[in-house]
Amino acid sequence: MRRITRIATVGVMSAALALSVTACGESSSSSSSDTSSDSKGGKTAIAYDIGGRGDQSFNDAAYAGLHRAEKDLGVKGTEAEPSEGESDADKVQRLTSLARAGNNPVIGVGFAYAPAIEKVAAKFPKTTFGIIDDSSVTGDNIANIVFNEEQGSYLAGVAAAKVTKTKKVGFIGGVETPLIKKFQAGFEQGVKDTDASVNVLPQYLTQPPDFTGFAKPDLGKAAAQGQLDKGADVVYSAAGLAGTGAIEAVSKAGKWNIGVDSDQYKQEGLKAYKESILTSVTKDVEDSVLNLIKSIKDGKPQSGEVRYGLDKDGVGLSVSNPAFTKMTEVIAAVDKAKKGIVDGTITVKTTP
Amino acid sequence: MKKFDKDRLILGFAGPVLALVVAFVLTTLVLLASGTNPVEPYRLMFEQASYSDVQVLIINQAGTYYLAALAVAVGFRMNLFNIGVDGQYRLAAMMAALVGASVDLPGPLQILLIVVVAMLVGAFWAGIAGFLKTTRGVSEVVATIMLNSIATALIAWLILPKNFGDQAAGSNNLTTGKIPESGWFPGLSMGVEAGEIYGFTFVAAACGLVYWFVLNRTRFGFDLRATGASESAAQASGVSAKKMVLTSMLISGAVAGLAGLPTLLGDTHTYSLDFPTGIGFTGITIALLGRNNPLGIALSALLIAFLDKASSALDQFGYEKEIATIMQGLIVISVVVSYELVRRYATRRQQQKVGEELAAGHALTTEKEAAL
Repeated sequence: MRRITRIATVGVMSAALALSVTACGESSSSSSSDTSSDSKGGKTAIAYDIGGRGDQSFNDAAYAGLHRAEKDLGVKGTEAEPSEGESDADKVQRLTSLARAGNNPVIGVGFAYAPAIEKVAAKFPKTTFGIIDDSSVTGDNIANIVFNEEQGSYLAGVAAAKVTKTKKVGFIGGVETPLIKKFQAGFEQGVKDTDASVNVLPQYLTQPPDFTGFAKPDLGKAAAQGQLDKGADVVYSAAGLAGTGAIEAVSKAGKWNIGVDSDQYKQEGLKAYKESILTSVTKDVEDSVLNLIKSIKDGKPQSGEVRYGLDKDGVGLSVSNPAFTKMTEVIAAVDKAKKGIVDGTITVKTTP
Repeated sequence: MKKFDKDRLILGFAGPVLALVVAFVLTTLVLLASGTNPVEPYRLMFEQASYSDVQVLIINQAGTYYLAALAVAVGFRMNLFNIGVDGQYRLAAMMAALVGASVDLPGPLQILLIVVVAMLVGAFWAGIAGFLKTTRGVSEVVATIMLNSIATALIAWLILPKNFGDQAAGSNNLTTGKIPESGWFPGLSMGVEAGEIYGFTFVAAACGLVYWFVLNRTRFGFDLRATGASESAAQASGVSAKKMVLTSMLISGAVAGLAGLPTLLGDTHTYSLDFPTGIGFTGITIALLGRNNPLGIALSALLIAFLDKASSALDQFGYEKEIATIMQGLIVISVVVSYELVRRYATRRQQQKVGEELAAGHALTTEKEAAL
């Protein structure tokens, strides 16, 4: 008896499973398909990297670009955030439904979107897809927005080596990925080229696939504390939201911070610690997003690799802290290094 | 006899249903308390789930979850808490991808090789915890948690370009290289719009049948359940508890090793830095909710996958997708509470029934005695 009921339930179950698949109707995209034409200013969609908006860093910079496009160009923006631990299939579905809804461009923030963009871009040849931090997937309708992070970090290294008194500077990386290693490589080279006697203490918060190193300020705080204890008096944190914890710890100890991605001296969320933020290595994600949206509006969509380096001020070192601009000798050294990189006399490594 | 079965069935369903209702009510309260519209998010989620491409996502995700939950359930039946499924499947998927990318055999053999490697690696990683438990008495909970972190570190090291990893030019990702096409598991296409259901999802379903058969219809399964119910009693009847602990850890790990394969063989064909994580922990939720029953686990896997996928578009409509996360958390709490409530109710009911039967039976015999 029991066996029969069990078998019956298994049967019902598999039937239900089959039904749920076949009885399905339209797809999420076909229902909302006004592919035909855009609204007045056009529609733009951004799919964020892990952390999403509010990370005071990478994603927020992309949002700032979208926000400016909404204000200046009159486009309508849509935002989408990933779930933790999701697979490529989820990203493909997200980008597909965004593209089908008539958004152009569709921008994927972060290298993790590369495989998904490659698949979806082939299906929507008339839509431009932007991907930030990746140039491995290519296509006529893919704009690969990449930055020379190592160049900006090199300048930070120059400044750190000039400012340090203990001859020890810290580097905190969020997650040990090739991208963050570019920051470390540039920083270390900048320090060593300026003053070979200065030691860099590199530390990463987490190892992939654990990406909490970009998200948890307490991890950044603990790491910064450790570096301060070892005698570092300048700490450069390239760790997204986790970096805010490092900034807090360093500020409380009365030492110097170097921020990352946005000009963190000006950031509302870090107001209490801004005096300690000597400078920030900026990565102009904001303008890169705005430029991409603008290029579509102007009818000349960007395509292929769009590189932002020191020469185009795509990366750089911010000078909004008056304490920093007063250090004329440091500023002079930074400017000299910048000139060297732009005219090619200094080449910066991308791996440590 | 028949009536007893019906009771059991009703009671079996009462637990999860009660839990889901409680979780649903609590989530609605949270929505109300945070000042959000309490109905709209649900409507949006059901609307999402009515789309064919989201349905395919749900089915595929459920298949992955199902394997992870089966792995956890094997441990649970033996009274072992394998928290390490997460590390086991990630390491297994990574090693399987490595082997798969460096060998090129004809179709079925290539897939078989990848599957076998994944199972062996998973079993090996779980086996470490089993070995520590049987020889040194280390709690498998502690050992597997630590092995998760070690797996993360090990993978991060192995995937470095100077070791076995591969970094494509211009990419900021690290991969294990692409598995040749012979190692791609064919899927069931649901049309261009909807995408395809991973072939491995059906393997997952088959694993559920095997799980049911082995546990309920073989001597090994009986030994396993007996040892789980009472180690000393099983020992007294001639089952080696140590051997059972080690074997079930190995099986749990081998099944866990399969959990990464639907994605690996059906979609990405490579292990990269952004390979899905956390499936092992979701598997614990699902095994709990499904009461270690293969059918219950299947339904729970579908439910959790539905919550995941249907909620992921909520933010595009101005709602927080974390609603689904809150709901999943509440489900876990209410599952534990409601199962305990139902269990107590069932025990009391059984006691009552036995009492009644005894009273009735006693009356009967006295009548007989009287007749004599």
